Amino acid sequence: MIECQLKIKLEGFTLDAKFTTPDKGITVIFGPSGSGKTTLLRAIAGLEKSDSGFLKVGDSIWQTDDNFVPTHKRQIGYVFQDAGLFDHLDVSGNLNYVTKRKTGLKKVFIDSIYTLLDIESLLNRRIGQLSGGEKQRVAIARALLTNPKILLLDEPLSALDLKRKNEILPYLDSLHNQLEIPILYVTHSQDETSRLADHIMLIEDGKIIGNGPINEMLTSFDMPLSHSGDAISIFEARVISRDTDFNLMHLEFNGGQFIVPDNALPIDSLVRIRVAARDVSITKKKQADTSILNIFPAVVEEIVPEGNAQVIVQLTLNGVVLLACLTRKSSASLKLYKGSSVFVQVKSVAILN
Amino acid sequence: MLSETDISAISVTIKLALLSTAILIAIGTPLAWWLSQTKFKFKVVFEAIIALPLILPPTVLGFYLLMTLGSNSPLAGVLEYFGGGSIAFTFSGLVVGSVIYSLPFVVQPLQNSFSTVRSESLEVAATLGASNIDRFFTVAVPLARSGFITATVLGFAHTVGEFGVVLMIGGNIPGETGVLSIAIYDHVEAMDYSQAHLLAGGLLVASFIMLIFVYLFNRHFSVMRSRDW
Repeated sequence: MIECQLKIKLEGFTLDAKFTTPDKGITVIFGPSGSGKTTLLRAIAGLEKSDSGFLKVGDSIWQTDDNFVPTHKRQIGYVFQDAGLFDHLDVSGNLNYVTKRKTGLKKVFIDSIYTLLDIESLLNRRIGQLSGGEKQRVAIARALLTNPKILLLDEPLSALDLKRKNEILPYLDSLHNQLEIPILYVTHSQDETSRLADHIMLIEDGKIIGNGPINEMLTSFDMPLSHSGDAISIFEARVISRDTDFNLMHLEFNGGQFIVPDNALPIDSLVRIRVAARDVSITKKKQADTSILNIFPAVVEEIVPEGNAQVIVQLTLNGVVLLACLTRKSSASLKLYKGSSVFVQVKSVAILN
Repeated sequence: MLSETDISAISVTIKLALLSTAILIAIGTPLAWWLSQTKFKFKVVFEAIIALPLILPPTVLGFYLLMTLGSNSPLAGVLEYFGGGSIAFTFSGLVVGSVIYSLPFVVQPLQNSFSTVRSESLEVAATLGASNIDRFFTVAVPLARSGFITATVLGFAHTVGEFGVVLMIGGNIPGETGVLSIAIYDHVEAMDYSQAHLLAGGLLVASFIMLIFVYLFNRHFSVMRSRDW
């Protein structure tokens, strides 16, 4: 677990971050530009000093009111926005910078990192010969060689074009699946957040305004992300069977089964599903003659107005929380209230991996 | 041909330039680093002091050095107490004078190239486990490489070329403080132009070759791949 309670005063800005996050999985630090995301990451790395505070990562205490462990003694992997590779060294020189200073690294460990990020073919290249995506891969590999207790990624994709982004996202997915350490990932991109986050930490004006599992943060009305026409829900499902006649596959989740176009994912693989509130409609009775395949029984939990004409309805489908965006008129004519039993119709879903 | 005095002048000059350059790099590096990194309000005062020899007439500098280091100065008294003595009109005095005189030619190029080293590069090194000293030598120095080459050449050449300061504080004692630039002056004074030509021409050619090598070396360096083994 990471326990953090840091207060840092900079010119015209104060970061006051108090939170705990779990010690596995990706926590996305999400917030607008200038909200203090990078400052928070720098503070955890010890690059930004605070007078007092407390920081504990796993079993290492890095900061207390009267002790500040300097950056080079913290076991961190830090990937900077523009990779931060040393231009005066080539790729292997950059990687050896770590292995020279860290004794007792096993060859198996080093090889596993090279394999994870596909580094072998880049080793003899100069930094100037790498593409933006390759630079980030080398930077991530270099950070992982330190055998860190935590991996800090500062908008690692922001400097890349779409093609390069798509090139590196699979590597980030594999970090996600294979690393046993917590990852803090700073971004302001909704796409990266919905694809990678297990947890979301919302930051605004230097304060943590919310922190929790991704779908809870997306759908809770206490959090700003749910109060928008663009609200979404994200949850996991498993591929259980395919319908070769119609080229469809069936995905099972706690609330039922989704039927979606087959995208060749193997049976039993876990997928991440995104449902936009705009694509969800509500009926009182289960519709029989409809083109919509994905219909589930649900219970209304809460309704809040969104603008003058719309409402956002929070529903649970056997424990899975989903949002629907309706007109206020539909909500009134259906007589929706907390506890109503309804059916949700999901027009489309996105599969994120 | 070269007289014995000329040969000793050449050897004193080379000795002086090598020693001064070594001391200049040793002093100038931390000084330039500090100036490039500090946010200290009055750093301009230090920069102005270091730059003084650029605009001060060398005789003025030589005069004050003589006052400071001469046999009647308090400093000489202190040195005497510890078993030494005045270093005016000695080789050591020349070295001290040269170091002060050439300091801006070493500090300024170093400071310039240190300030182009991005703080992020040093922060990266810190996250990779490098201590302060470690990241200075493995990141800042290699990235400021061209500054070191320029500083070394300028420091060396400027020490070879000084005249006013060495005359004031050295006194042109053959074999001890008699240097090339003064030897040339002496030959001209004696209307011995052929000897003056020999030394002056030699210096000209040597300086030219030195610069050619530096430019070759520097360019080669930037293209060459360096590894950190």
